[in-house]
Amino acid sequence: MENILSIFIRSIFIDNMVFAFFFGMCSYIAVSKTVKTAMGLGIAVTFVMTITVPVNYLLNEYVLTPGALSWFSPDFADVDLGFLSFILFIAVIASIVQLVEMIVERFAPALYNQLGIFLPLIAVNCAILGGSLFMQEREYANLGEATSFALGSGIGWWLAIIAMAAIREKITYSNVPAPLKGVGITFIITGLMGIAFMTFLGIQL
Amino acid sequence: MSNMEKEPFFSAKNLRVFSLPLLRNNPVTVQILGICSALAVTAKLKPAIVMALSVTVVTAMSNLIISLLRKTIPDRIRIIVQLVVVAALVIIVDQVLKAYVYDVSKQLSVFVGLIITNCIIMGRLEAFALGNRPWPAFLDGIGNGLGYGLILVTLGFFRELLGNGSLLGYKIIPDSWYIANGGFYSNNGLMLLPPMALIGVGIIIWIANSRKKKA
Repeated sequence: MENILSIFIRSIFIDNMVFAFFFGMCSYIAVSKTVKTAMGLGIAVTFVMTITVPVNYLLNEYVLTPGALSWFSPDFADVDLGFLSFILFIAVIASIVQLVEMIVERFAPALYNQLGIFLPLIAVNCAILGGSLFMQEREYANLGEATSFALGSGIGWWLAIIAMAAIREKITYSNVPAPLKGVGITFIITGLMGIAFMTFLGIQL
Repeated sequence: MSNMEKEPFFSAKNLRVFSLPLLRNNPVTVQILGICSALAVTAKLKPAIVMALSVTVVTAMSNLIISLLRKTIPDRIRIIVQLVVVAALVIIVDQVLKAYVYDVSKQLSVFVGLIITNCIIMGRLEAFALGNRPWPAFLDGIGNGLGYGLILVTLGFFRELLGNGSLLGYKIIPDSWYIANGGFYSNNGLMLLPPMALIGVGIIIWIANSRKKKA
């Protein structure tokens, strides 16, 4: 239980998806103009991440790792399907995004109208695939750890995009040098926020 | 463009398709695509070069394949088809990297896989390959890959030089310059930290924008 909590805190603050690994930068830059849209995308990313990473965890555990297929038949004990992980992960992500889109449209039309345009974008958001690949690389011990990592990373991304959107709303009133306006200053601010977030590295968990 | 007369392979138009993304319409600084998987690999020059080459190969080949298939792909499922093509190409690149440059492949870790969701690739497929013939699409892919590589290599060059005093692992700054040996110089460790990649891109965009204004 303690381990799950520490993974959760770690993935929000220390291994923040945006500030430590630059995941999902494209949509991060494009959608962080206002807090409201940033909120929508943040929720959608957290949502999809929390669903896809555990599913991919099970897929990795029972299909992809060397010898994982031995539950199916002992003949498969030395089969290694690891090279298929990219294509299977992205297929799972794309189909889950499609599924989530349909379910949300059917049962929560208000939420759908809010998330609508962002959901299809998420299939190609690097943060989502990055989450699954990190889960595979770091070899979490059980489903609980993988889920808490996914939720934490999603929330970390959400936090980062909202903070950025709030700063960008204010910075439109500042006197930024003309060639640096817009994207340039956004990168530099993100870098400075990244340096600020590095102070969390000192936390012992 | 698809019902046009046969044109020479290196016609002015095709060359333009190739050269435009290198500077004027650079995917990173102008179109703001593909920053996601890139910045973490630029702390050293070597992974940056390998990453740039891999992305160029994947962009060019996927542009070519999708352009060949563009009339047969149903519109509704095109994203999935594109993802499958790109993922298959990335798996090939990943296996090749693991076989020939294992140490770099270990350093790049998850970032090779993230080429799949690199927005440059999806962006070029959607914007160019679906509406153009295979050869220009191939050139467009190479151009965009190289334009992206240019930024990556520039960042990798400065970060390794200033942060580590070396290039491709070879020492550039003489040992006698260092404070430890009675000199005046010391490496800027900040350059190796992830946030400096973002600030670096910000500065490159700044320079690119102010040059464009003058021209």
